[in-house]
Amino acid sequence: MMKRKLLALSISALLLPAAGSVLAQAGKISGDVVKIAVLTDMSGVYSDLGGKGSVLAAEMAIEDFKASAKPKFKIELVSADHQNKADVGSNKVREWYDTQGVDMVTDVLNSAVALAVAKVTTEKNKIMLNAGAASTRLTNEDCAPNNVVHYVYDTYALANGPGKAVTKQGKDTWFFLTADYAFGASLEKDTTDAVKASGGKVLGSVKHPLNASDFSSFLLQAQASKAKVVGLANAGGDTINSIKAANEFGLTKNQTIVGLLTTIIDIHALGLPTTQGMMFTEGYYWNLNNETRDWSRKFFSKHKKMPSMLHAGTYSAVTTYLKAVQATGSDDTATVMKQMRATPINDIFAKGGKIREDGRMVHDMYLVEVKKPAESKEPWDYYHIKQVIPGDQAFQPMALSRCPAVAKK
Amino acid sequence: MTEIFGVPIQALFGQLMLGLVNGSFYAVLSLGLAVIFGMLNIINFAHGALYMMGAMLTWIGLEYLGIGYWWSLLLAPIGVGLVGIAIERLMLQWLYKLDHLYGLLLTFGLALMIEGLFRDLYGVAGQPYSIPEEFAGAFNLGFMFLPKYRAWVVVASLAVCLATWFVIEKTRLGAYLRAATENPKLTQAFGINVPLMVMLTYGFGVGLAGFAGVLAAPATQIGPLMGSNLIIVVFAVVVIGGMGSILGSVVTGLGLGIIEGMTKVFWPEASATVVFMIMAVVLMIRPAGLFGREK
Repeated sequence: MMKRKLLALSISALLLPAAGSVLAQAGKISGDVVKIAVLTDMSGVYSDLGGKGSVLAAEMAIEDFKASAKPKFKIELVSADHQNKADVGSNKVREWYDTQGVDMVTDVLNSAVALAVAKVTTEKNKIMLNAGAASTRLTNEDCAPNNVVHYVYDTYALANGPGKAVTKQGKDTWFFLTADYAFGASLEKDTTDAVKASGGKVLGSVKHPLNASDFSSFLLQAQASKAKVVGLANAGGDTINSIKAANEFGLTKNQTIVGLLTTIIDIHALGLPTTQGMMFTEGYYWNLNNETRDWSRKFFSKHKKMPSMLHAGTYSAVTTYLKAVQATGSDDTATVMKQMRATPINDIFAKGGKIREDGRMVHDMYLVEVKKPAESKEPWDYYHIKQVIPGDQAFQPMALSRCPAVAKK
Repeated sequence: MTEIFGVPIQALFGQLMLGLVNGSFYAVLSLGLAVIFGMLNIINFAHGALYMMGAMLTWIGLEYLGIGYWWSLLLAPIGVGLVGIAIERLMLQWLYKLDHLYGLLLTFGLALMIEGLFRDLYGVAGQPYSIPEEFAGAFNLGFMFLPKYRAWVVVASLAVCLATWFVIEKTRLGAYLRAATENPKLTQAFGINVPLMVMLTYGFGVGLAGFAGVLAAPATQIGPLMGSNLIIVVFAVVVIGGMGSILGSVVTGLGLGIIEGMTKVFWPEASATVVFMIMAVVLMIRPAGLFGREK
């Protein structure tokens, strides 16, 4: 039994890639099926940010696309949990590309996983529309503009908005609480650059271990620094617990807390009394206009939570991809990428969004301030939009690009 | 201002206080572990999950049933204790004769299941729980603002630790318990219901974890992962203090909290590891732990 299974497996392993490439060369849609995969964190610290919500967003995108474009090809969706482990993620994606005929993978939050998946995607010449990871490396040192699009946000965009805007308000001395790994360090560095460029000063920083159980000690150090702004260069549970302790120890009275990767999910988890007055950059807000409200309410009715920027970004990425496949009648990577780059993105997530030659999807970002409890009119009504940061100012300019593929041109 | 290694002495006092607060959590949690290990010989890996359950029950009580903090302080530990008793009766009692490893694996599996259950129900971002009104605000100690709630945590934890020590070491019930651990067969021969004692001990031990969970609820975000972040450190505390030593686990818990607090000032990157470095050194010098007896 075992032997026969093994034999069958090895035969199909031999046959499948060959079959795939023959069909792809024909310039048609392989097997008449477009297969999209959502790779995300289903159970760990980021699972509220992406997770099941991202799968739902992708499902909604496919449904809406079927209803409006009436495609002739079939669309399938698969998903998996990468457990925030780069090896688990890249193995899964390799399996998807090799044996399942997956054409495009999306979400892929967690920078470490995203970088590993980018390598496999380039090697197999498929497409990743990354809606979840933060590292600017995806469009710089490790850029792969023929295969990878960085769709929603990155550390540069997150750092730039508050770094400049808050400093210019006269809050010009900063102290950082930084998660002690690559992501925290790059967030701190990017913000420091923005603060200095606006004439501010950084008084110091303290590096805390990932998933620290108590932040009071670090916050006391931030308090002692007498800086006007305390920047939180961390994410998820660490940000939430930092903010909670900052309130308890009375930091919020004299200092401004700026979350550098804060989302509506964190604000909802903490509540407005704790978070009022915080400022940060968001890539999406459900309560922007009628279009975003309609879509988000539909999302809410199924998920019981409003969408994060990752969820909206995943919806947009899947839609953009399907539109390009429809327009070209092909799921060949180069053809679809060319089409996506040539077409401006206009949907519930982005207006006039554009995929740049380094793989960066450029769109407006929002500098938000959290409302006071009395100002909030309904559940999830959390933000004042302080400033719409135009795409070309929000993201790292091409002139500073460290992407080798772009520099060569 | 006077300084020690470039840190103002006032800031140092502040950090000492915070170390004491964190140490109190370590003390209550490691006390529960020590009691369970001492009496049942079970390495209770579900302790962190049950601590989380205590905090979750506090939140659920307020959110759905309108039960306030003070009632939760009583009811949540009882609820967690009852869950513990169910675990002991249905599963653990079959493992006492086997190697420690079986109990460890069972409780580890349970921990994953309990965490998974709450994660599936409520997500990972966690739930907010505000500090009870009586403890809003802070004491001005001159060198720092100590939030009243944190001061209460220290007082409540020390009171519970002391009461536990008193019951086990100084009362008749405690004497039965200790006898039942030392020689279960002989104790049973004297007409004492040993299985009942063991069951109650486990229930009480995990009840302590639930109690720590309630204490933690207003001070930290209540989420399914809060236990697993803490439990490894607590195990190190138990190992350093000496497996099964009650006084040892309390003193070590407080002491390590303070050492960890100091590390956060002088070398913050190492604050997650310092406890384990101490554990390695202690194991080399005194394999039974600082307060443990070689068996």
